[in-house]
Amino acid sequence: MSDAKSYEPGHHPSLPPPKNLVGWQRWVWDNLFGTVTNTILTLLSIYLLYLILPGILDYFIFDAVVNASSRAECAELGSGACWAFIGDRFSVFIYGFYPDELRWRPNLTFILLILALIPVLYDNTPFRKYGLYFSLAFPIIAAILMVGGVFGLEQVDTRLFGGVLLTIVIGVTGITFSLPLGIILALGRYSNLPAIKVVCTVFIEFIRGVPLITLLFVASTMLSYFLPPGTNFDLLLRVLIMVTLFASAYMAEVIRGGLQSLPKGQFEAADAMGLKYWQTMRLIILPQALKISIPGIVNTFIGLYKDTTLVIVIGMLDVLGVAKSAVSDPVWNGLSVEIYVFVAAFFFVCCFGMSRYSMYLENKLHTGHKR
Amino acid sequence: MKLKSILVAGAALAMTATVANAATLEDVKASGELNCIVTTGLVGFAYTDANGRWNGFDVDFCRATAAAVLGDGDKVKFVPTTGKTRFTALSSGEGDLLYRNTTVTMSRDADLKLTFLGVNYYDGQGFMVNKALGVTSAKQLNGASVCIQTGTTTELNLADYFRAQGMSYEPVPIETNEEARTNYLSGRCDVYTTDASGLAATRATFENPKDHILLPEIISKEPLGPAVRQGDDAWADATRWVLNALIEAEEYGITAANADEMAANPPNPNIARILGAEGNYGEMIGLDNQWALRAIKAGGNYGEIFDRNLGPNTEIGLERGLNALWSNGGILYAPPIR
Repeated sequence: MSDAKSYEPGHHPSLPPPKNLVGWQRWVWDNLFGTVTNTILTLLSIYLLYLILPGILDYFIFDAVVNASSRAECAELGSGACWAFIGDRFSVFIYGFYPDELRWRPNLTFILLILALIPVLYDNTPFRKYGLYFSLAFPIIAAILMVGGVFGLEQVDTRLFGGVLLTIVIGVTGITFSLPLGIILALGRYSNLPAIKVVCTVFIEFIRGVPLITLLFVASTMLSYFLPPGTNFDLLLRVLIMVTLFASAYMAEVIRGGLQSLPKGQFEAADAMGLKYWQTMRLIILPQALKISIPGIVNTFIGLYKDTTLVIVIGMLDVLGVAKSAVSDPVWNGLSVEIYVFVAAFFFVCCFGMSRYSMYLENKLHTGHKR
Repeated sequence: MKLKSILVAGAALAMTATVANAATLEDVKASGELNCIVTTGLVGFAYTDANGRWNGFDVDFCRATAAAVLGDGDKVKFVPTTGKTRFTALSSGEGDLLYRNTTVTMSRDADLKLTFLGVNYYDGQGFMVNKALGVTSAKQLNGASVCIQTGTTTELNLADYFRAQGMSYEPVPIETNEEARTNYLSGRCDVYTTDASGLAATRATFENPKDHILLPEIISKEPLGPAVRQGDDAWADATRWVLNALIEAEEYGITAANADEMAANPPNPNIARILGAEGNYGEMIGLDNQWALRAIKAGGNYGEIFDRNLGPNTEIGLERGLNALWSNGGILYAPPIR
């Protein structure tokens, strides 16, 4: 007590909390060994991990083969996963059948896609206003780059699209166009004008009542019968339209949920201020409704993105389809585990990214609704 | 991406597209590309390699046809289809020729309005069992559990066969070949049944293929053959005779390597007719007289195509069996080119 100092009232410095109440020790105590049940569960989990992990690590990492030229060679070199297969087929998984010498075009498009996304996703991007103009123009630029046929760019048949490239084309198109379309449909269904309301409701209910796979079949086969014989209406375009319509119907209902959660007073206040319909929506209603709908919207995005694998049923080879057709190569036949792990990892990265961004957005926008 | 601009592009395409009519041969020549319908992936028959290039037994016939019609075996646009979309892809004009391990049946010929050109692979449904079971004939399979792909003709064939034999079985329904492989290896079913070529291809991927045998009984006829739209005889003739020419070529020993030499100095009149040194058989089917020469040079004769994709020296290791020439004990028999 000899070195005790005295402080003026109110000037005592804050002391750090006791050692055993902070840091990882505390976290471990609180979360893993706090109670008898927790302790038992923790030990049980550790035991389970001990049982499973070595096998998994051996299979996927330690015994895995990275360099080989066939499945037989893989089997000789190690008993684990044969990643050599993925390596061998990597460019097909990414670009599908896109011509080798033109692959700079999807590459450039992908870089531009990222540049176009930044101003949309982050509002403190420098020169955001101009960036947004670029984002608006991006779909047209991307289509020109990817398909070509104008400005001296060699035309590339969309049948050659495949792999990750095709997945991203369908996913990004669906996501980009289903949101505005969904907003319009939701507003239409929420409208007081009977004609608009009926049209939107019928559309939404019809599309939601039909599985995506049916719509894809309609796109790939039925349309060919309806259109004049021989009309070559690009298959990819048909699929893009169907996927967008499908996602927009779900989107509309998610956004309608957001609209309905707004109290009537918001509409009345806007009316009282003399705002017109679109002003009301743009300035008062949609900013709130969309913010509330974020989890649902991202949910729809992620669902849509994963649904793109369904295009294999109409013979389009997305990342999973390319993988399946590659595994039919007698040299690599029977390596489906590697394929599925690879495809799962790809989808996880994409979907987890979307999910994290939506959490960032919710945090940024939370202004009182959050508990 | 890009709805608006694709719409514009689509509309432009729609306007410029030629109306498919009965003159597929002219259309193919005009567009300079053969749209060939293949499967999305079947071991040995159609698959993609590391450069995204299509390979396989069916694919080689597509290339040979393109070589005969267009002069270049690489002028093929492959239209991958599933079992459900293959026929609509053909009838809607997305593809001009179907080489998709498709069984020739009466209903497909008559009801689906297809014209089959012949048979390029004689398949049949077989059984695979573990050697350790000691089974040597399908007639000993009473009470066995059978891995069977649901919704296929193989399922119906299996039921028919067991009923006819007065035996019972326990079906283990599975969806894909890969699922069947896993279930069979883990012992969930004693028997795996599907087309014999598929069984052989699956067995080739086992760690110890020798531990498993294919039973001698083949319980169904699955003649796989190419097809075109009904009502376009000129196109059907051209494509049918390409297939026949490849089979004839094997019979007369014309290979990709010696075709040029044989065309210059035909050892006998048959070869001279096939290779265009005599007569004008190519012109009769709307092509030129070097049609078969180019088709053979694109990927070899029937035997070479078989050996490269399915034969004993490949991972799949199928014997010719029924698919040997009639002169070698098989039933492969092409009408003469004369």
